[in-house]
Amino acid sequence: MTRIAHWVVLALAVAVFLLPFAVLLRDGIGADWSTVADLFSDKELMFTRSLVNSTVVAVLQTAGQVVLCSLAGYGLARVRYRHAPVVLYAVMATLMVPTAVTFVPSFVVVSSLGWLSDFRGLVVPGLFSALNVFLFRQFFLDFPVALEEAGRLDGLSRWGVYWRVVVPNATGFVAAIAVIDFIGSWNQFLWPLLIAQDSDTWTIQVALSSLLTAQNPRVTLLFAAAAVSILPIVLVFAVAQRYLVRGVTETGLTGQ
Amino acid sequence: MRRGREALTFWLFVGPFAAGLLLFTYVPIGWSAYLSLFDAHNTVAPTEFVGFDNYVDVLTDRAFLDSLGTFTVFAAFIIPTTVVLSLGLALLVNRIPIAQVFFRSVFFLPFACSYVVAALIWKMSLFSGVDSGVANTVLGWFGVEPQAWVGTVDPPLYWVVLVTVRLWLQLGFYMILFIAALQRIPRHLYEAAWIDGASPGWQTFRYITLPGLRGALVAVLTLNLINAYQAFDEFYNVLGDSRGYAPFARPPLVYLYYNSLGSGGQDLGRGSAGALVLALVIALATLLSGKVSRRRR
Repeated sequence: MTRIAHWVVLALAVAVFLLPFAVLLRDGIGADWSTVADLFSDKELMFTRSLVNSTVVAVLQTAGQVVLCSLAGYGLARVRYRHAPVVLYAVMATLMVPTAVTFVPSFVVVSSLGWLSDFRGLVVPGLFSALNVFLFRQFFLDFPVALEEAGRLDGLSRWGVYWRVVVPNATGFVAAIAVIDFIGSWNQFLWPLLIAQDSDTWTIQVALSSLLTAQNPRVTLLFAAAAVSILPIVLVFAVAQRYLVRGVTETGLTGQ
Repeated sequence: MRRGREALTFWLFVGPFAAGLLLFTYVPIGWSAYLSLFDAHNTVAPTEFVGFDNYVDVLTDRAFLDSLGTFTVFAAFIIPTTVVLSLGLALLVNRIPIAQVFFRSVFFLPFACSYVVAALIWKMSLFSGVDSGVANTVLGWFGVEPQAWVGTVDPPLYWVVLVTVRLWLQLGFYMILFIAALQRIPRHLYEAAWIDGASPGWQTFRYITLPGLRGALVAVLTLNLINAYQAFDEFYNVLGDSRGYAPFARPPLVYLYYNSLGSGGQDLGRGSAGALVLALVIALATLLSGKVSRRRR
């Protein structure tokens, strides 16, 4: 009896969770393909442009974050330097400052650099994630030292050991962090809303939002646009789910 | 000599990141603290020193205090429901013998969706005010009149929209955290309890599962609190339209956006003061929640 109840509850939950996706497909793609064609051909909507922009931003940001933060994490975990504890403390202290609370200050800096409506303004400030550094440092602290020492005996420098020994043995973890970063970057809204003031630099989320908050929004068009916008992420989700789950577990449980 | 080389190696690895962190986190905070003491309308290099006037302005602004009230109401809805439902999902999924990965994926899938897309589905379809909206259709089965969800202030039905959209987006994420924690609870504890005559169900849940989930519970609560405090995307997209933002339900970031950076001209001095006050509030709230959860031990 309880077993049946269990499955019934589970089935209901599945239906509720899938309903919004079903609605999205019904009202978007389900309507007709000419709506989707409109989306790509009407230049005024900035749809194609914003998809390209989002791809550029998300790819650059993910790659930059992974490279910069893993290097820093490794340095903080392994290199013995007198002032390393101070640097570590300075990095960790910024974890306490919620990113969104610093959005006014960061906006001030970016606008004085002249980076408004500029890819540099969209990509660069988001590269320096203290959380990523923390996670990489934890991971490298547990990395088998013997492997690194073997590399040193072979005559590699620390830099060489990092690229030839450590990175090739850390691909699973790097993928986990990268997937999380990519999704976060693709879906972010507030920062691009502030920075991409010129519609040429809109990301897909900003373009969707402008369609949504427009006068008399065109509903079918809106849903088609939304459906197309989540395709890349659904793809990433399907291909890299294993890494995604690992990344979420790492960032959630150790990241606070 | 050797010490110098280690220093060089260290900065080779950490230097690029540290420089960026300095420029994009520490400099902005310092600059903001400076701006908050000036009249900085549409400029980042102000000349008119005003002391603590910006702080006084923010703290005596009815709208600012209202935004803290809005956050409190939102947190009171979203935090308990998220904890209970995500733990419930985790227990449901963790107990089934087959197809665990399938069910986990279904509940986790909304994590891939952006707040903008979700707000769009909720506003234009699920909770749209027209009779054919999904929520209104369901109400119709029970003979209830259709509602104008987003625009209804009395009773505040817009909260239903805002809370459910966030629940859908984030439950899967927290469920994954709980599943990971559940799987770390040693199985032999349950077996020992059964041998000692404990019934599988409430007793083992209360005395084995719940204590085993302590760390995850604290993580979920803290992350949830910080995320709710920073809510912006769904509020902006659900309640904003071509006429501007609704006059009610402005959480802190929405307040800050419209009062210092939005279309009405930039007031960076006041915005900076507001941001620093908000930072202080969230730091205090986090410390307090940490204290409370430690005392519970």
